[in-house]
Amino acid sequence: MDRRVYGVETEFGITHRPTAGRGLPPDELARYLFRPVVDFGRSSNIFIPNGARLYLDVGSHPEYATAECADLIDLIAQDRAGEAIMHDLAVEAERRIAADGFTGQIWVLKNNVDSAGNSYGSHENYLIPRTTHFRRLSGILLPFLVTRQILVGAGRVVPSDDQRPAHYAFSQRADHMWEGISSATTRSRPIINTRDEPHADAAAHRRLHVIVGDSNMSTTTSLLRYGSTDLVLRMIEAGVPIGDFELENPIGAIRHISHDITARAEVRIRGGETMTAVQIQRGLFERAQRFVREHGAHHDHVETVLELWERTLTAVETGEHALIDRDIDWAIKKRLVEDVANARGLGYDHPRLEQLDMAYHDVNPERGLFHLLVRRGRATDILSAEHVRQAMMTPPRTRAAVRGEFLSTARAFGAEATVDWVHHKLVDRPLEAVMVKDPFAPEDARVEALLDKLGDRRTQLREVSAEERRRSGVCPALTDRYVLVSGGTTEDPPVI
Amino acid sequence: MAAQPQKQPHRSGGSDDADQADQSQLKANPQATQRAEELDSLLDEIDTVLETNAEEFVKGFVQKGGE
Repeated sequence: MDRRVYGVETEFGITHRPTAGRGLPPDELARYLFRPVVDFGRSSNIFIPNGARLYLDVGSHPEYATAECADLIDLIAQDRAGEAIMHDLAVEAERRIAADGFTGQIWVLKNNVDSAGNSYGSHENYLIPRTTHFRRLSGILLPFLVTRQILVGAGRVVPSDDQRPAHYAFSQRADHMWEGISSATTRSRPIINTRDEPHADAAAHRRLHVIVGDSNMSTTTSLLRYGSTDLVLRMIEAGVPIGDFELENPIGAIRHISHDITARAEVRIRGGETMTAVQIQRGLFERAQRFVREHGAHHDHVETVLELWERTLTAVETGEHALIDRDIDWAIKKRLVEDVANARGLGYDHPRLEQLDMAYHDVNPERGLFHLLVRRGRATDILSAEHVRQAMMTPPRTRAAVRGEFLSTARAFGAEATVDWVHHKLVDRPLEAVMVKDPFAPEDARVEALLDKLGDRRTQLREVSAEERRRSGVCPALTDRYVLVSGGTTEDPPVI
Repeated sequence: MAAQPQKQPHRSGGSDDADQADQSQLKANPQATQRAEELDSLLDEIDTVLETNAEEFVKGFVQKGGE
């Protein structure tokens, strides 16, 4: 596909650190965090004006699902907006718990493991044509995903256990994958999830759901993650020969690769040959490079993706991690951990290093270590702060724009509305609900017609400026885009 | 503000390091001194944002899995 719809769902870890004693348990803390969400949307599971979805997942993990994006930078900005929303919610929750007589700080972590070995995910969605041969897809995509961690893993300080001393690994999630492909996510965690909910025309599309990825802090790493995966999918869709890297044991391989930061770990290809992750990735990279040469670049970031991909492979292969230690999460974090360990004379088993690992993923822009490293020039960032602020309030130019307009307009007129990824319904006009099956469509005439029934939008609604929205609420993402200025026929005032 | 991904390694390896090591025997390398100062300042800043009791922080973060 030349244009593709992408989305990413991030589950956050939360912890409360009082000045003394035990913190609030996760369920209570999550309730505090989501109070402004409930105030805004009367539920803890809502779509918000930027088109994204906010909810509390199993285990009281706050979850943010980006809206449909058709551009990689939009996707990364939407994802980063989710972090900014979580930070705003944490600031407000700290204020509320203080008012209720509790002390301490709240931490929202965009990572994938807690200290007891529980895991939570970062799930990627890619729209693919229904015609894609699934056997061919999994045969190529699985080895790519198993080895992708050497490019875009978030890195992890792994404490010692019966089998291994404490060490540094490429991936947070590798140890928590149990199957190659399956339809379940909580019972059996597969690398590729086959749950087939396209949220689009099912005759034309399917939604590829990848749950193996680590949550990335670095926007540069994110670009490589989504950009390289999209290129591999393009080659699969185009039917070009990609070589045979099918692994004998994908789950054994993903763990084996993760725990050898020298990247010399060998894994067995079906048929008997052994290869390293670098060799497999190099094979896929070279084919992608050739594919782009022959078919042209399909978006503005292809060249950057290829450059990052190649440079990272070289860094991993040669052990010269300095080549990428400002751009790639695992290498940025590894440099930090090693610098602290060396300066303070700490071994990998020291809890301080595990603490650094967690604090790297802190979404707080002042306190979080990733953000601190960006300020010090030890990590790159491809987005500006302004870009992220905008993504908190404005949907991308896809179906998300239809959803955002529908929600915002209904709210301004005080009309109760429900939406999901596809449906748009005014509660008072249930028979006129509109399904928008095209995820690329930034507008829809039927939805426009339905909204026109609420009143004259041009004369009755005023668009609130970004600046006003920033000042008006706990979080700009939870503010209204329009206000009713005259002639409202509504009984309920709009909730602001 | 936003910085582009680096195109070149920002720290040299191999023979340059060896050269620098040779020089540092004669006089302190100003670049190395600056790096050491930057690292000290980074470590200090980290100490101000992180809880002193690392073990308590780490053990305190337990949350049942999601997905």
